[in-house]
Amino acid sequence: MEYLIGIQGQDFVLVAADNVAAHSIVKMKQDQDKMFKLSDKILLLCVGEAGDTVQFAEYIQKNIQLYKMRNGYELSPTAAANFTRKNLADYLRSRTPYHVNLLLAGFDETDGPGLYYMDHLSALAKAPFAAHGHGAYLTLSILDRYYRPDLTRDEAVDLLKKCIEELNHRFILNLPSFSVRLIDKDGTHDLEKLIPVGSK
Amino acid sequence: MAARYDRAITVFSPDGHLFQVEYAQEAVKKGSTAVGIRGKDIVVLGVEKKSVAKLQEERTVRKICALDDHVCMAFAGLTADARIVINRARVECQSHRLTVEDPVTVEYITRHIATLKQVDCMQNTLRYTQSNGRRPFGISALIVGFDNDGTPRLYQTDPSGTYHAWKANSIGRSAKTVREFLEKNYTDEAIATDNEAIKLAIKALLEVVQSGGKNIELAVIRRNQPLKLLESKEIETLVAEIEKEKEEEAEKKKPKKST
Repeated sequence: MEYLIGIQGQDFVLVAADNVAAHSIVKMKQDQDKMFKLSDKILLLCVGEAGDTVQFAEYIQKNIQLYKMRNGYELSPTAAANFTRKNLADYLRSRTPYHVNLLLAGFDETDGPGLYYMDHLSALAKAPFAAHGHGAYLTLSILDRYYRPDLTRDEAVDLLKKCIEELNHRFILNLPSFSVRLIDKDGTHDLEKLIPVGSK
Repeated sequence: MAARYDRAITVFSPDGHLFQVEYAQEAVKKGSTAVGIRGKDIVVLGVEKKSVAKLQEERTVRKICALDDHVCMAFAGLTADARIVINRARVECQSHRLTVEDPVTVEYITRHIATLKQVDCMQNTLRYTQSNGRRPFGISALIVGFDNDGTPRLYQTDPSGTYHAWKANSIGRSAKTVREFLEKNYTDEAIATDNEAIKLAIKALLEVVQSGGKNIELAVIRRNQPLKLLESKEIETLVAEIEKEKEEEAEKKKPKKST
């Protein structure tokens, strides 16, 4: 039901998430923000079991901050992604696993932009583009067709719009709006919310 | 006489002393001086930098540490003990944010550190028979920062586990001298601006530090801004300003010679 997407460019990462918080067949909230700021240049997008998502994401968020306090510098996106995966993996074989699917997007001074795909079985993969949710089945092929590593920011937003239009067209559920953010060397930037044509 | 009652933290002396705590306070008095000043829109921490051996890298042995974005502390005493306290405080700052979605107040984190110090003393009562007894933390800390509502705070803790709020204070080797200087010179005028407050901290340390600006480490927190460690160049500039002001004061006071 929930949807996450990330697209990596030459010097930025574009991410978007839907804004619906649902409880069975009811939309409880239409402006839910599913992105968690781990640091100035790292975002964690988190969907899955209600409660687990916020609990796990905030736990990771505070641990990243603690690392910053202890060591005087922030964790790189790669390190943060691996730390998150390790935590997920440790909990997986406990009596209380977290059922969450994640995208971690970040910008590193030396390595540049990075997008990491993580799922509830604690798989970790660095990818140029990725998506979570039922919507992923509909949009990954669009990304396969039109993605190029040298996308400009505007082209990436257009590609994102294509994906969301496809969801609006073919996905059975109505996802009325999407939060969009962009990470580059200057930090995290909020872009305009995407509202597919025909939604209220 | 004291010898019989000073082994364990769990034992009172006949005249009501906890000798281990008092000995811990002695350890603090051996540490290098630190001074803290609470201004109107700024809080300042200054420490005396111990001179390093010739072959040692001048990597700053940081005695001023950030606990969170809005709180930091300086300590006097056993560096190793301080590391433990600082680590626990940092974890508590994040834990607090996680559970109540709010940053700690300066008083809260001070109370947590003080309780840590006291509880670790008391752990001895239970474990004395089983493990090698614990000793108190041999540090005093100056904790500064801004609360959520923008109020600046300065607190001091000591090995006994008590804490108090101060307008300005010092700990460590020449704490008494510095405190006396502060008692004389801490006025509303003296802390009117951020710069003045910083200069007051430097002046206080210059009273007891050997070779001037080179041996001073200074950090400030301004409201809604993270901790900033001053560079040695900035400190030198301020020291030069202070020297100039001192000279001007001396010139004014000199009686005019009649020829």
